[in-house]
Amino acid sequence: MAAYLIRRLIQAALILLGVSLVTFFLLYLLPADPVRQIAGRSATAQTVQNIREQLGLDQPFVVQYWRYLSGLVQGDFGRSYLQKSEVAVLIWARLPASLLLMAGAISCELLLGLTMGIVAALRRGSMTDQSLMITSFIGVSAPQFVVGLLLLYVFAVRLGWFPIGGYGTFRHLVLPSLTLGILGSGWYSRMMRSSMIDVLRQDYIRTARAKGLARRRVIFRHALPNAILPIIAMIGIDIGIFMGGIVVVESVFGWPGIGQLAWQAIQRVDIPIIMGVTLVSACAIVLGNLLADLVTPFIDPRIRLR
Amino acid sequence: MTNAAISRSGAATAPDGAPVLTVQGLTVSVKTEDGLLPLVSDLSFALARGETLAIAGESGSGKSITSLAIMGLLPPPAVRVTGGQIHLGTTELTGLPEAQMQSIRGNRIAMIFQEPMTSLNPVMSIGRQLTEAIEAHEVLSRTEARTRALSALTAVRISQPERRLHQYPHELSGGMRQRVMIAMAIALRPDVLIADEPTTALDVTVQREVLDLLRDLQRDMGTAIILITHDMGVVAEMADRVVVMQSGRMVEHGAAGAVFHAPQQPYTKALLAAVPRMGRGVGAAAVLPGGAPVARLRGLQVRFDLRGGLLGRVTHHVHAVEGVDLDIQRGETFALVGESGCGKSTLAKAMAGLVKFDGQIEIDGTSLAGLGRAQIKALRRNVQMIFQDPMASLDPRMRVGDLVAEPLVIHGIDDHARREARVAALFDRVGLSSDQMYRYPHEFSGGQRQRICIARALALQPKLIIADESVSALDVSVQARVLDLLRALKQEFAIAYLFISHDMAVVENIADRVAVMYLGQIVEMGSRAQIFGNPQHPYTRRLIEAVPVPDPGHIRPPQSRFSGEVPSPMRAVGDTPQRLALQDIGSGHLVAP
Repeated sequence: MAAYLIRRLIQAALILLGVSLVTFFLLYLLPADPVRQIAGRSATAQTVQNIREQLGLDQPFVVQYWRYLSGLVQGDFGRSYLQKSEVAVLIWARLPASLLLMAGAISCELLLGLTMGIVAALRRGSMTDQSLMITSFIGVSAPQFVVGLLLLYVFAVRLGWFPIGGYGTFRHLVLPSLTLGILGSGWYSRMMRSSMIDVLRQDYIRTARAKGLARRRVIFRHALPNAILPIIAMIGIDIGIFMGGIVVVESVFGWPGIGQLAWQAIQRVDIPIIMGVTLVSACAIVLGNLLADLVTPFIDPRIRLR
Repeated sequence: MTNAAISRSGAATAPDGAPVLTVQGLTVSVKTEDGLLPLVSDLSFALARGETLAIAGESGSGKSITSLAIMGLLPPPAVRVTGGQIHLGTTELTGLPEAQMQSIRGNRIAMIFQEPMTSLNPVMSIGRQLTEAIEAHEVLSRTEARTRALSALTAVRISQPERRLHQYPHELSGGMRQRVMIAMAIALRPDVLIADEPTTALDVTVQREVLDLLRDLQRDMGTAIILITHDMGVVAEMADRVVVMQSGRMVEHGAAGAVFHAPQQPYTKALLAAVPRMGRGVGAAAVLPGGAPVARLRGLQVRFDLRGGLLGRVTHHVHAVEGVDLDIQRGETFALVGESGCGKSTLAKAMAGLVKFDGQIEIDGTSLAGLGRAQIKALRRNVQMIFQDPMASLDPRMRVGDLVAEPLVIHGIDDHARREARVAALFDRVGLSSDQMYRYPHEFSGGQRQRICIARALALQPKLIIADESVSALDVSVQARVLDLLRALKQEFAIAYLFISHDMAVVENIADRVAVMYLGQIVEMGSRAQIFGNPQHPYTRRLIEAVPVPDPGHIRPPQSRFSGEVPSPMRAVGDTPQRLALQDIGSGHLVAP
């Protein structure tokens, strides 16, 4: 187990190294010039050149990347070009909000998705099943900014049940979580449905029924733990999809998380922030997957980590 | 013990002599687009206390549907009871509400299933699965339930019962899992135990133990057993009475002795005639032409690595095949027998060039080791395989004609028109008609599908066909015909077979020479007459003695109850098993010391 963990952490470090290299290279190739953004339109060529040298952006790619990397291993994400602040500080300040949103969204999608999937599987072929699957299809295909705006309009503007935007209370959390969660719940309900249908066909379910167990017990004690196994791995992967969604949803709801930070940075070519947010997201994805893999053996005794 | 069972069953217990379960005019139908289609029609029988009734028949005869109907477990909503009655004592079961049926299931009528590997919940401990069954029907504390579970496990003679409570299904072998299933079924001392093909998925020696166990439990508890099986040997050993079913109807019903010795119906006669029997090997072993063998194995060894530790180093090897020497002559049927995990399929894969091996394999004089891709491909023309499950080995989206032609396409033989003609001839030869070439695999029966697989194997005119459990999944009557076909093809095309099987009776009927494999090594090898007439190695004897004999009058020689699991072929690196040196005890009969 310890050996497994160490091996996985080494792998994680290598993945992050790869991500940093690729992202840094892509940003290096970017036609937009960050120095122009910093210097402003009226700056002289000399000023621009000075800033460029000051930031080290006149150096070849290898040197720039090496500098960034040596800072990184010491925990230094660099300074924002425009916000006059350490990137680490900026991200650190906004991370809790994003993590909270993520937790809210995961709860939403699991609650909605798994329930829909289980109900659909148990009533396979019925009207209930079909309408649930149509709902999930809409959930999967609707763009998040549309869902977000729609929810805002109905529940915040018209009904006034929830605030229009901002951060602070549980009520602020509901609509953004739901917006993010609806997409995931569409996926989960479909996966859960097919997983559950598959499990309900298994011989051990027949055995459980032959023992004379009540239907409820057969479903919740025998079918559910088996059906949920493939879903767990999915949650790990899901965090990656979240990171994409978070940029949109945080902007729509004015949620002060790293998605918003990234959005601002992208608009202003603030490379250190973009790098920082990308690396933190990559870190979250890698850790999420690791966590999912670590949890699985507790539910499935057949899986041993080595 | 019998007293307890009787008093507990309460009102439903009929006076002595009256049947515990009666089925009257049972009809089960499936709803299709064309209306109701009967799966079981007008079936009637009665089951007395302490009696074993076998329901025998081939696949599709409705025997399993019958058992599910009694349990109230027919798959809803398509399949349901459309006529007749099932009485447990005085309780009518077919119209019983689900809640009441639940209290009967597992309690008064229990069931064990064919597939012990998949019939237990993989994520729940054995102990929990047992106690849960007990707690579903009786109000008792955790500790009491655990004690009951433990005594049930002890009753099924499982080794280390306390330890098993904490284990999970994947940690147990097939035989142990089936014991757990039986423990679960008998824990509440049901009036009726339905055993649906309880030993079909088990090795023959394990089958013997499980059958002995069922018989002993019945004697001790007075449980009535409905034994559902396709194996007439099992029927003969276990049943007091037999119901023979065909296409959902009962064709014959009577005492076991009468059904076996004086069958009344043509179907029963045909069924019994098709059963392969020991001691009836057909004709003399083929006279083998001299000359170079088709396949020559020397010191064949296949090991699989198991990795562990921080760096993922190899810590253990699975010694699947450990030093096998054998020759297969032209035109001979060489049978390789042994129980699951003995390495027989791995040996076959190595010969087909499908796994890496050490040692030497020569096919038709060419060594397989160190060949390039193209050479291996060319060599594969000489070795073809037929597998156990014909449905799984035919691509469901391809027409069967194309499937048979595919080896020709791969090896670039003939143009399209000539291939078509060749495939048509092959179809004809294996007993199918050439206009069936344009159909898909699902449109054929199991036996027909296996014929298609045989045609595919024949397409390249190989010198050796490896038949890995190729008839094991077929009904006996179909099995007999496929074996006949294989025998005829052998003579016609001078093919040699490596015939891999766990079924000693089938092997005795088809093999010229036999090798017995145990833990990756051959323990005995010789002609059919030598192996079956004069088995020397204790393991060979055990295998032969364990085969159920399709004759109710057969008296089994008393033997020590061998318990136990085959040891694991997994060993730590550096711990190599001792190679057995086979000794010739006369005219090529080789035996391990």
